[in-house]
Amino acid sequence: MAVNEKIPGERIIEKFPGGEIILAKSEDLMKWAKGSSLWPLTFGISCCAIEMMATGASNFDIDRLGSGVFRGSPRQCDVMIVAGTICVKMGDCLKKLYEQMPEPKYVIAMGNCAIGGGIFYYDTYSVVKGTETLGVPVDVYVAGCPPRPENLLHGIMKLQEKIKHAKQRSVAKDKE
Amino acid sequence: MQNSEVLQKIKNKFPDIVVEELPNALVIPKKALLDIARFLKNDMSFENCHCVTAVDRKDKLELVYHLYSTADHFMLTLKTMVPLDDLTVETVSLLWRSADWLEREVFDLFGIKFLGHPDLRRIMNPDEWTDFPLRKDFKSANLIVRPQSQGLKG
Repeated sequence: MAVNEKIPGERIIEKFPGGEIILAKSEDLMKWAKGSSLWPLTFGISCCAIEMMATGASNFDIDRLGSGVFRGSPRQCDVMIVAGTICVKMGDCLKKLYEQMPEPKYVIAMGNCAIGGGIFYYDTYSVVKGTETLGVPVDVYVAGCPPRPENLLHGIMKLQEKIKHAKQRSVAKDKE
Repeated sequence: MQNSEVLQKIKNKFPDIVVEELPNALVIPKKALLDIARFLKNDMSFENCHCVTAVDRKDKLELVYHLYSTADHFMLTLKTMVPLDDLTVETVSLLWRSADWLEREVFDLFGIKFLGHPDLRRIMNPDEWTDFPLRKDFKSANLIVRPQSQGLKG
């Protein structure tokens, strides 16, 4: 088997020629695994959820990125796709769901409403102006009203990139 | 019955208090609401109440009922004025069950209290809110008012 044959994760692992041994940093392997199995929360709050469903269906096939396993419980999820307008009443639920998710957890704000209120920014009493105003940190913003499924896939790929290039948190710093 | 006949029948029954406004719209005093509603339901076959809403006229609130008669194929708009210093009105939810949630919605957004309503709570907004969002004088930290347009320049 040629050494430079295309294999998944070829940038982080090195294959010994002829052998069955691969060499990689454990951190990189972990990040690769983390990024390749982002299980999203089934959390469609309004019309962007339709695009999220289309992304999950076979035409666009979110499964090829490893994140097609939509879970019904926040305790089994890695990423929360905030797909839609956040009402004031839903904001509390959103915060609660985010807190229930186990670490490491990521948030994708999908669509203009989840980013900053969107068309409901002005003259609306019942809409939260973006996910971050709730104190929920957002990793990737996917713009659009609503974004196409391709945009959401791109957002997930960006999140995978972000996970892969995340700096290792130093233990010394945590102890301080 | 023709449309004009339906209206005429209501006006004949309540000659002094009913005022015709727009086509198919009647303005009635608040006190007579329940009597007229009962008459419309029981004697006039208006068995469908499909909209209860309100309009803020700044000096008063205008309560609007849309009633439909399946026998006559006639949609009637019933209006009544509610003064700001006495925001109470008799409920019609005991006549039309559909008015139950519609009246809760009006209470939620305008703060009109419906006397005798079986379950008068806010229907959509958070329970702890104390103000009424569709009033003209509504102010909230969450409400960002759209800036006035400067018009086209140059």
